[in-house]
Amino acid sequence: MMKLPTIVLAVLWGCLSASPAPAQIKIGVAEALTGNAAQYGVPIRRGFELAASEINGSGGINGQKIELFIEDEQGKKEEAINVFKKLIFQDRVLMLFGPTLSNSAQASDPVAQGAKIVVFGTSNTADGITSIGNYVFRNSVTEADIVPVTLKVASEKAGLKKVAVLYGNDDAFTKSGYDNFKKALEAAKIPVIATETFAKGDVDFKPQLTKIKAGQPDAVVLSALVAEGGPIMVQARQLGLTVPFIGGNGMNSPKFFDLAKGSSDNLWVGSPWSVEGPAAENKKFIAAYQKAHNSLPDQFAAQAYDAMYIVTQALKKLKLSNKLESDRAALRDALPAVQFSGATGPFKFRQIAGKDGKPAGYDAVQTAIVSVTKGDRYVIQK
Amino acid sequence: MLAQQLVNALSLGGVYALFALGFTLIFGVLDVINLAHGAIFMIGAYAALQAVLLFKLPISVAICVALLVSGCAGWLLDYFIFRPLRARRAPQLAPMIATIGVALSLTSATQGLFGAENLRFPNDLLPGGAFEIGTVRFTLLELQIIFLSFFLMALLLWTLKGTQIGRAVRAVAESPRAAALLGINVEGVFSAATVIASALGGMAGVLIALYANAVFPGMGQPMLHKGIAVVILGGMGDVRGALIGGLFLGCAEVFSVAYIGSTMRDAAAFGLLFLILLIRPHGLFGQAAQRRA
Repeated sequence: MMKLPTIVLAVLWGCLSASPAPAQIKIGVAEALTGNAAQYGVPIRRGFELAASEINGSGGINGQKIELFIEDEQGKKEEAINVFKKLIFQDRVLMLFGPTLSNSAQASDPVAQGAKIVVFGTSNTADGITSIGNYVFRNSVTEADIVPVTLKVASEKAGLKKVAVLYGNDDAFTKSGYDNFKKALEAAKIPVIATETFAKGDVDFKPQLTKIKAGQPDAVVLSALVAEGGPIMVQARQLGLTVPFIGGNGMNSPKFFDLAKGSSDNLWVGSPWSVEGPAAENKKFIAAYQKAHNSLPDQFAAQAYDAMYIVTQALKKLKLSNKLESDRAALRDALPAVQFSGATGPFKFRQIAGKDGKPAGYDAVQTAIVSVTKGDRYVIQK
Repeated sequence: MLAQQLVNALSLGGVYALFALGFTLIFGVLDVINLAHGAIFMIGAYAALQAVLLFKLPISVAICVALLVSGCAGWLLDYFIFRPLRARRAPQLAPMIATIGVALSLTSATQGLFGAENLRFPNDLLPGGAFEIGTVRFTLLELQIIFLSFFLMALLLWTLKGTQIGRAVRAVAESPRAAALLGINVEGVFSAATVIASALGGMAGVLIALYANAVFPGMGQPMLHKGIAVVILGGMGDVRGALIGGLFLGCAEVFSVAYIGSTMRDAAAFGLLFLILLIRPHGLFGQAAQRRA
């Protein structure tokens, strides 16, 4: 009975030892690949894979290839912690990307901080993630940075005297978008004539929109994801509510044009990445992504793609000793100095303070791109 | 604004009523709480969507496809789930639990086939533009929804009251055993009721998908909750009750947004419903354990 497994093992061992590959750089990827958050996690994984295959295809980093260890954290806190522990202690990766949701990052990033290994979020935008400690990095620009810029540009170009607000009140992301808009509206002294809400999975928004229309606002500030945001725009236009809409990060997706086809004009969005971004790196990224997946990338894929290159910049300068602890620490020390211009434009890190006031992790410094939709495209506004 | 909200309420209420109609018919005739009705509603929407996207059919034909597909789904539901359970004299809860399984399987299968994301009908499918009377705007679609739901309800009521089949259905609803003794094909009536109810549910799915521009695997779940509420409000198994209940819920939702606040949309609508049930525990048209359908 013992024979078969032994043979299999022996054959496997033979295969592994027959071709002694050059030492690889092991990078852990913990993203939500199933469940509700998979709509973000899957493009993120594709972004990492695309960048890693490009880097490996052009000879790797100082002759070493990147090897990705991809794990599904299901968008759940407990699972994120489990997967982090597996990647750190069992697979013994050099650094970690992930997790997908800010909620999970709050739970799992302290594990990485404790183990002294770099954890790099590409999609965590909530406050209080990078303040966990000095091993926590992210290149995801927070809504708090983007929203005021969007509002400023939109209000200059469209001339806003009073606005109405519509947001999803049962979702952490759209609710925090609303909080940021509220703050920015107060700072810009733009009066809000009505604040209306909807819930995830709602399909009928006409009662809210009818009420908003009656107040005759100059614009509607909308904190929603495209799943609801698309139908909202269509129903607003059906009701004859023709004013501009101002959306957050969640409304920045090419998917919007499918869902709101025919009613998609005059939506203002701010985001760190645009499908229309003119940089050569962005054009190359979009073409490569489209070739691999036959669909347009979104912001989540772009940020993951850039993150891999940011880490690569730091790794190029390092001489890895193959002693895991010292290599992990060396990567941490090299990362903050990286300056890089990729699909999302020029990028550098900024150290922020922790809860105790001491320097902690690193946030992104990046200019928000404000676009307005016209003829099923995002047109970048200067 | 009031007039506009009234149009919103009527079109929304019309779809609720149409959905609840099928739900109440199955309860009235088969004595089954069909928790797969929301999934069948979703199947109807996907069937019409695929007919339009894949086969480039006009929407009128696509609606017929949806009626056919959801009707077939209803027949399968009766043939493979309800009939064997009836034959084994399963307790009342058994078919209800079975339909939860059916709903979950259908939703997961749809998600696997077409993805979890929102889809929509092509925007040039229906004549665009809106009529304007004073300050009230309504689209042709809204008019059609209101007309179609009332027409189908009238048709169903007339069939039940005025035709031989309708009389058979009512006889079975009253007592399957007595109906069988009278020579009525009871199994046939059960099957027909499920098919008609499911077709109506699928129709409601297409209408809400057109109205709201959203088709997604989970679309049946909130509808099911509302459908149950409407049927309980109208009186379990009562066709007129489903009509009035649906319109009532549509109005309650729309006007709670208009005059109380959108955060209170469901709370206000369902709170009102609760109050009505306190006063009329059997619903508006319900009578304690008497004849139904």
